[in-house]
Amino acid sequence: MAPRTLYDKLVDAHTVRRLDADGRQVLLYIDRTVLNEYTSPQAFTGLREAGRPVWRPRASLGTVDHVNPTASRRVAAMADAGGERQAEYFAENCRDFGIELFDVLHPLQGIEHVVMPEIGLVLPGMVIAAGDSHTTTYGAFGALGFGIGTSDIEHYLATQTLIYKRLKSMRVTVDGTLAPGVRAKDVVMALIRTIGASGATGYAIEFAGTAITALSVEGRMTICNMAVEAGARGALVAPDDRVFAYIAGRPRAPKDDLWDQAVAAWRELKSDPDAVFDQEVVLSAEIIEPMVTWGTSPDQAAPINTSIPDPAQEPNPDRRRDMERALAYMGLAPGMALDAITIDRAFIGSCTNARIEDLRDAALVVRGRHVAAGVRAMVVPGSSTVKRQAEAEGLDKVFLDAGFEWRQSGCSMCLAMNDDVLGAGERCASSTNRNFEGRQGAGGRTHLMSPAMVAAAAIAGRLTDTRRDIGGN
Amino acid sequence: MQPFTIVSGIAAPLPASNIDTDVIMPKQFLKGVDRSGLSDGVFHDLRFGPLRDTFVLNKSPWQEARFLVVGPNFGCGSSREHAVWGLGQLGFRALIGTSFAGIFFDNCARNGMLAITLEAAALDTLTAIVSDPTTAALTIDLPAQTITAPGGLQLAFDIEPTRKESLILGLDAVGATLQERAAIQRFEQAYLQENPWLA
Repeated sequence: MAPRTLYDKLVDAHTVRRLDADGRQVLLYIDRTVLNEYTSPQAFTGLREAGRPVWRPRASLGTVDHVNPTASRRVAAMADAGGERQAEYFAENCRDFGIELFDVLHPLQGIEHVVMPEIGLVLPGMVIAAGDSHTTTYGAFGALGFGIGTSDIEHYLATQTLIYKRLKSMRVTVDGTLAPGVRAKDVVMALIRTIGASGATGYAIEFAGTAITALSVEGRMTICNMAVEAGARGALVAPDDRVFAYIAGRPRAPKDDLWDQAVAAWRELKSDPDAVFDQEVVLSAEIIEPMVTWGTSPDQAAPINTSIPDPAQEPNPDRRRDMERALAYMGLAPGMALDAITIDRAFIGSCTNARIEDLRDAALVVRGRHVAAGVRAMVVPGSSTVKRQAEAEGLDKVFLDAGFEWRQSGCSMCLAMNDDVLGAGERCASSTNRNFEGRQGAGGRTHLMSPAMVAAAAIAGRLTDTRRDIGGN
Repeated sequence: MQPFTIVSGIAAPLPASNIDTDVIMPKQFLKGVDRSGLSDGVFHDLRFGPLRDTFVLNKSPWQEARFLVVGPNFGCGSSREHAVWGLGQLGFRALIGTSFAGIFFDNCARNGMLAITLEAAALDTLTAIVSDPTTAALTIDLPAQTITAPGGLQLAFDIEPTRKESLILGLDAVGATLQERAAIQRFEQAYLQENPWLA
């Protein structure tokens, strides 16, 4: 057999049948999904109308995350009548179709892509499709995760399969050692800046190199999560002992003999040494610096110690127009130093960066300091489990003492579907994944960065380099 | 699903890069449990915001547009299918661009929305043509895989045969896949036997 990439192996192992002569289109078996309250309702309605059951109810999990409030006292009520109806219908659907649900009062509730790995439902070799673009997160485990729309959720629920078009393959190799104070978020932001917001459209990425394998599993999740912001519809890291150790003992992970069998199989999950990728991208870890975005697309980013680029210097007229439009929306001028940008809000949260390591990292920056006057700063843990763990470590107190709000888990102001919203013109340092126009609230201005950089910005009242201004790594 | 064969109508140019699904369908329109009522949400801030008078879909003849000629990476970001449902409810039948985000592209196919990719040079030509109000009417012939502009310019486009067939026939994908029930069951049984920790 010709040498294959890890991506090819996962697709081949899940191919029920080829749908065209060259095997580009296949009927792909999907191991599991996670459902949320806002992209699933119409899928269930479709099943109800056609009188179709769910093929394998135990291969789905529901968690309420997108529309729930995150105020510090947890309540069952949603933020508005629409959200209320979605949560109700979600509960009804999960009950009627036999799907386990983590509702807003459940102790395991949280953002879907934080919950799935932390309870051991994401395993190497799986294919997981879900109604949320950040399903790519699961690539950190050597599982192929990708986002789907509601029609495909319905297709999955009814058939356990999807009609799938094989992607091209891209290997992103990051060799070397990251400088102190440079984090997984900076690596993926540097990649997106390098290849562009559609640089990986039509591709599945495999991350490789010594700087990737040196990352924790949670750091790898951040990278795979945001790979979709370069257009990738799948991002993989070959699983290793660090991944197996992360999964071991989690409540839904395999145990005993099955565990041993699984690990033996998982050790085979890697690209063949002579596998050929359609595209190769190489980044040097040493030159990656802490990154922030200045525009309204995730590729409009730059190292914190630089200035806002000048559209007049951009030779490509389309890109120049995009830059001008972005700067007008962001209320920024070319040449301005990035660390001179003052902020109104600071948000630590999201499926990209609200796991326990993210909160520990941010707390290191915050400890013993205070949020700048006039800045409203929030921490929204990625899950109820993360929240409890952080509280057990006293991190809640560190944030509260510094003037941060310590809130309940949910997607919150990453996409502002609940009542956590930026006002028009408000500027936010955010550990999230999208700086689109209006993403965090109509007229709101988002600067993406790592959670530690958000923490430093909250304290300084402006964007700042954690290494220089705060002294923390 | 509404079949797509030969459709004529006005095409509107929307050349900005990276128009994301938050812009196409803002969050306040995502609070339903059905697919209805989304036409007001489409490009809401552009159509109804302070710059509305400059937005192409508020100008004649493009307010009647049935096609959009879009910039690169259209539909990036969130997986929300509401973006495609809303475009359909506002009367759009096809989108023409150089590249579409993957999830959005699939969502189009599942809803009878034809997403056509052209080479950059061909798209530039088409954008210039439809930016002129007197030449903005196009005819898209999916069986023949052609776009025809006033004056006789004709552009050919590629589309995968399976996608083309399902658009032309307006197929119910779930129903079609369930015809394969036995094959899926066979596969699943063998797969779970081979990977017993997943059973």
